[in-house]
Amino acid sequence: MSVEIENDRETATPPTLGDRLHPEPRHELLVFERSGAGKVGYSLPPLDVPDVSAIPAGLLRGEIEGETEITEVEVARHFTRLSRLNFSIDENTYPLGSCTMKHNPRTNEEMARLPGFAASHPLAPEEVSAGTLELAWRLEQVLKELTGLARVTLQPAAGAQGELAGILMVRAALEKEGNPRTTVLIPDSAHGTNPASAHFAGYKVRELKSNARGTLDLDVLEGAMTSDVAALMLTVPNTLGIFEDRILEIARIVHAKGGYLYCDGANFNSFVGIARPGAMGIDVMHMNLHKTFSTPHGGGGPGSGPVAVTTKLAPHLPRPTIERREDGSFGLDFDRPESIGRLRTFLGNYGMFVRALAYISSYGNRIGEVARGAVLNANYIRAGLAAHYHLKYDAPSMHEVVFSDKRQAEKGVHNGDIGKRLMDYGFHPPTISFPLIVHGALMIEPTETESRSGLDAFIAAMRAIAREVEEDPSIVLNAPHTTPVKRVDEVGAARNLILRWKPDGRETADGKRET
Amino acid sequence: MNPDELHYTQSHEWVRIDGDIGTIGITDHAQKELGEIVYLELPEVGHVYNADEEFGTVESVKAVSELFIPISGEIVEINRSAVAEPGIVNDDPLGDGWLIKLKVTTDDEVRKLMSAEQYAEYVQAEEKEK
Repeated sequence: MSVEIENDRETATPPTLGDRLHPEPRHELLVFERSGAGKVGYSLPPLDVPDVSAIPAGLLRGEIEGETEITEVEVARHFTRLSRLNFSIDENTYPLGSCTMKHNPRTNEEMARLPGFAASHPLAPEEVSAGTLELAWRLEQVLKELTGLARVTLQPAAGAQGELAGILMVRAALEKEGNPRTTVLIPDSAHGTNPASAHFAGYKVRELKSNARGTLDLDVLEGAMTSDVAALMLTVPNTLGIFEDRILEIARIVHAKGGYLYCDGANFNSFVGIARPGAMGIDVMHMNLHKTFSTPHGGGGPGSGPVAVTTKLAPHLPRPTIERREDGSFGLDFDRPESIGRLRTFLGNYGMFVRALAYISSYGNRIGEVARGAVLNANYIRAGLAAHYHLKYDAPSMHEVVFSDKRQAEKGVHNGDIGKRLMDYGFHPPTISFPLIVHGALMIEPTETESRSGLDAFIAAMRAIAREVEEDPSIVLNAPHTTPVKRVDEVGAARNLILRWKPDGRETADGKRET
Repeated sequence: MNPDELHYTQSHEWVRIDGDIGTIGITDHAQKELGEIVYLELPEVGHVYNADEEFGTVESVKAVSELFIPISGEIVEINRSAVAEPGIVNDDPLGDGWLIKLKVTTDDEVRKLMSAEQYAEYVQAEEKEK
C-alpha cells in the first residue's frame, strides 16, 4: 500500500538542529489549498425515512467543480494557526496613533454576553425590551453629561458615519434657516475622514493651513469664515496630539458668521471627564465607543460612533430616538418630521453600548483618570524618545506624540522601515506617514492601559532601532526578519491588484488571466 | 531640474504653454515626495475648470493627494498611458508622465504662477520647515 503525502512543501525537509533553535516561521496554506477529493467535515446518520425530495430536480445544484472539501480538524487547526500569526492588543503594546488601541476589559465582555442583552431580538416589542432600551437610554445620558451637550444618538455604526450624521444635521438646520451654504472648513491637521464626510453631505471642502505651533491659525480662519461656510470640522485635540487652546475664540469666529462648530471627537480619550466640549462652544461632536470607551476595535469590532448635539440641532437627530416616557417606561419615537432619517438598522451596534456603559460605570466619577493616564503615557514616551527621534512641534502632547524620521532619513532609513523593524521587537508599528503635515511621521499613541514596564519596553525597542540606524541601517531597511511574511512589495500589490484566488491559476482584478 | 519654460504652482504642479494648449503635470519634487505612484484619477475630456479647482487625485503607497488645476480651461486630452502605468509619472514627471492637456481660457492666469527660479526657492523654504 502506498501513501501519498499531501502538501509536502510544508514539512518535507526535516529541520536541522540550527533550524530548531531558530525556526523559520511556517507558511500557512490557504484553506482551499488543503482541499482533497472525498474529505468531509460532517457525518449524517443513514436516512431512515422515505426519500422524498421536496425541491424540484431542475432547481437542485449538481456537483460544484473545485469546491473545497476538508475535514473539521483541518479547518479548526487552520484558523487556530492563523490566529497565532495575527497580532492583537491582547498580545502586546499596539501604539497605532489616532486609533486608541486600548485594552478591552473582560468585564465588558461578560456584560455584553448577559443573555438578556445578547439574546434579545431586535424586533421584540417595546414591552419586552424595557431593559435593552433603558441601557441605551442610560448610555445616552452619560454621554450627554460627558460632552455637556443636549442630546445624543447612538445609531451611527462608527466614527465616519457619525461625522456624516453630524454634518447632515448641520445641513438640515441651515436649510431650515433658508440656506444650506456651500462649504465646510477643515484644518490640515484633521482626521482624513472629515473631508469625505463633508463631501458626502454635499459640501465643498476648504483646507486650512496650520500655524507653526501645529494649531489652527485664527487669521486664516477669520479670512476663510464667510457666510457661505456651513461648519468648521475641528479635530480636538488635533492629529498632532495638540489641543486647540484657542477653541473659545475659534467658536466665536465660526458662530459670528452663523456657522456650526463640528468636533471630531475621535481623540476624546485625552480629555474625557476633564473638560466638556459643550462648554467650548462645540455644537456637534461624534465619539468613537471603540476608542475612548474601550469596545473592541478593528477586525473584531464593530465600531460605534454616537453623536452629541445642541438643543438647536436636536430636532434633526436620526430617527427613531429612544425616549423615557412620563410613566418611566422606555420606547422609540419615530414621529420626528425634521429628522435626517435612519442611518442604521435597529438601535445601532448594540453590543458596543453594553460594553461602553460597563467601562464608564467601572470608572464612575473617576472617568477623568482615563484621560490623565493617556496623556501621561504619551508624554512618558515623548520624554523617552525625544533625544532619538525628531519632534517637529514643541507644543505639549496630549494623548499621542508625532515624531518624524528626519534624523534617520539622513542614513536612508524612513518611517516605514522603522515601523517594520518594530515588528521584530514584538510591537505593532505606529501610524506611519500621517498626519501629512509632518513629513515622515511616526504617530504613537500608547493609551492609558499600558503599564510603565510596557512603555519602557517600547521605548527601549525604539532606542535600539535608532542605534541600529546609526550602526547598520541594513538591519532596519530589510526588516521585518522574524515575521511569517517578510518585506512585502506594497507598490506591486497596489499597482497589480489580485482580488480573487482561483485554484487553477491567479486571476487579476480586471478578470484577465495571468500567464 | 526645473525647466525654465514651465510655470509652477505652490501645490507642485507645472504647466507648459503651446499656443492655446496648456499641458499639466506634477513636478519632480512632488513625485519624489509622494514616492512610488500606484493610482491616478484624472477628469473626463470636455470638463471645464476654473483655476485652483481640484481636477484629480494621485495615490502613492503613502498617501492620496489632490491635484489642483493651475489655470482655467477645458480638458482636451488626458494621459491614458500614465493612468495605465502610473510609474511613468515617477520616471518622467516633466515629459511622458504629463497628466492632462487643456484649452486655456485666458492668458493672464499663467503670469501669476512661479518661474523655475521662484519654484526652486519655494521648495527650499518648504524643506526647511520640515
